[in-house]
Amino acid sequence: METAVQTKYNDSVVKAFAFMAVVYLVVGTGIGVYAAAELAWPFLNYDIAEITFARLRVLHTNAVVFAFGGSALMATSLYVVQRTNGVRLYSNKLAWFQFWMWNLIIVAAVITIPLGLTQSKEYAELEWPIDMMITVTWVAYLFNFVMTIASRNKETHSHIYVANWFYLGFIVMVSYLHLVNNLSIPVSMWKSYSMFAGVQDAMIQWWWGHNAVGFFLTAGFLGMMYYFVPKQAQRPIYSYRLSVIHFWALMFGYVWLGAHHLQYTALPDWTGSLGAVISLAMIIPSWGGALNGMLTLSGAWDRLRTDYILRFLVMSLAFYAMSTFEGPVMAAKTVNALSHYTDWTIGHVHSGALGWVAMVAIGSIYHMVMKLWNTEMYSMKLINVHFWMATIGTVLYIVAMWVSGIMQGLMWRAYDEYGTLAYTFAESVEAMHPYYALRTIGGLVFWSGAVVMLFNVAMTLATAKSRREAAVTANA
Amino acid sequence: MADHDDKPKHMQDRVERNVFGLMLATALAVSLAGIVQIVPLFYLENAVDGTVQDKLGNPSNEQFPELVWDRKLVQNADGSITSDKKLYAQDAKGEWKVADWKAGDGVRPYTPLELAGRDLYQREGCHICHSQMIRPFRDERERYGHFSLATESMYDHPFLWGSKRTGPDLARLGGKYSDEWQVMHLMRPKDVVPESVMPAYPWLAENMANEDFFGEKRDMKKRLEMMRVMGVPYTDEEIANADAMLEGKTEMDAMVAYLQILGTMVKLDDSKVYRQ
Repeated sequence: METAVQTKYNDSVVKAFAFMAVVYLVVGTGIGVYAAAELAWPFLNYDIAEITFARLRVLHTNAVVFAFGGSALMATSLYVVQRTNGVRLYSNKLAWFQFWMWNLIIVAAVITIPLGLTQSKEYAELEWPIDMMITVTWVAYLFNFVMTIASRNKETHSHIYVANWFYLGFIVMVSYLHLVNNLSIPVSMWKSYSMFAGVQDAMIQWWWGHNAVGFFLTAGFLGMMYYFVPKQAQRPIYSYRLSVIHFWALMFGYVWLGAHHLQYTALPDWTGSLGAVISLAMIIPSWGGALNGMLTLSGAWDRLRTDYILRFLVMSLAFYAMSTFEGPVMAAKTVNALSHYTDWTIGHVHSGALGWVAMVAIGSIYHMVMKLWNTEMYSMKLINVHFWMATIGTVLYIVAMWVSGIMQGLMWRAYDEYGTLAYTFAESVEAMHPYYALRTIGGLVFWSGAVVMLFNVAMTLATAKSRREAAVTANA
Repeated sequence: MADHDDKPKHMQDRVERNVFGLMLATALAVSLAGIVQIVPLFYLENAVDGTVQDKLGNPSNEQFPELVWDRKLVQNADGSITSDKKLYAQDAKGEWKVADWKAGDGVRPYTPLELAGRDLYQREGCHICHSQMIRPFRDERERYGHFSLATESMYDHPFLWGSKRTGPDLARLGGKYSDEWQVMHLMRPKDVVPESVMPAYPWLAENMANEDFFGEKRDMKKRLEMMRVMGVPYTDEEIANADAMLEGKTEMDAMVAYLQILGTMVKLDDSKVYRQ
């Protein structure tokens, strides 16, 4: 029985991606905590170029988005595509190629970013040779994913399951974004200039920037949601019709939002307004999707008391709903006038990244680890501990950033009774200190939860075999 | 769920059964926004305040001529590119300095020293904490100056507008402080701004401006050449002398040269409406 399960799918590469995702979660959030601490206590920069805030911040975003998020997406998508189509991977070799390339890219990032080798485009900092490696890897990923679906038995699996649509949308859009935004002219091995300048460059960057969020961190993770929430709840997805609407509205609508990052800038006004209007409209499909996930639990809500993995998944949907409401609010021009350039944006990103992206991935990985290694977790209790640390850490973090962000925005525009600016910029920096400290603590709590997860997963792997054998003996 | 009959009933049913159809439909759905929002920016003149460039990169602006530096590059019969005005040249003491341009004459390409400074600004990630984009609000005007115009970053490959103000906006930093202040501030920010959370950058004063990573030269000639390929109007002479301008300069010199030029290129006319 056990061997039958293990040979049905190509799971070794999925296991490798899943384990690395947990490692990168610890590393990526750890770097984030240190960078956060540098803003609260600047002596931590120690006059060492490689660890100054700006370089570590870039390393942090790359580590959490591409190393952790990327590995989690690749692990789950290769897991889901096999199970929902009832086939093995089209090419196991290509999937392993993808694994080693992706990790090589991460190593290259870890070396080059602290050295200050950067294209200076947010979330697309990696220099041109690494961009080429990403392109090759991505083509392999797209090809393998599509061909796996194409090789399914059309009698038994005529319709492609919704989770795969979202994964496919994410892979296709990221190909576009990566290729266009990174068009540049190399001047040496480790330096290139963007082919675009000024307004055009800004628009292309934020078309990429927001869709890195919209497709890498949303569409891909929704693929996770559409598979792992019904699986863990043991209920079919609430509404097929809602999934269809959610998918097409997201694919068509999300791409417009980039311009809301450039409101009131030198970009023509109509682009920003267009971005704001469509941002507002995006509440509908986003909430449709969140509800679709939540209502899948109808009749199974009591399981939240005992199923800690389900807690992660449900909490992630709550954060998804919250940040997809907050986003459009911040895109509204009057709010944006206050929130832009402040920590509010950082808070918003983290309510999405910690609350939604990380939590849905963590829930999915726990689910997958048990299936892949065919065992219970080393400790179910520790999953609950992790859940509370992740939740409390996230809440501390975003509350600190809401307060500091709104305070910054208000201080910068405050006037005194004589009609002159009430505060110098330096005064606003000084006022941020307690919130930067609180944010560091929130991050530390979240990071400690990730360490608990790594411990739990590593112990599960180490003891999986002996515990399986023990279970067999007990049953015999 | 949709039924599993043999014949697809509608579009959705059709693409759900065919992964290539699904991929194509998705690829189309996600491309429209880019086409509508990005492509026009390359063609609409008002996207860059009405500033246009000719084949050699010479900029002009009919409505707001003060925005761009009034100099023309010409391509001679032998293919060389020259101009009657020099961006930078050696002065009497042999120092390479900005020549036939003065602050307020309009947007111009960066000198090699300034461009090296800009590359360092990128390396250090200054744009992570400092924006270079002033918005048209009263408080920003009083704190930073006139709102930024698209023309002011027309030669910026890549743009460095930033998205966060952990520190203040720098779009019009040039000339607000002395060179000495800038050096002191970069060496030890807290000495001049006690509340600052900015890291110190002492290595800028130690490294030479023409030395890049792994013992490589910071090849400014190549960099200016590539900039020209992308439409930044440099003369042959300006490209040829690019490395000479960095001789004997530290990274600090380059950085300060760049910071001091920020926002000083154009003298904006308060009586004009530059943006609707």
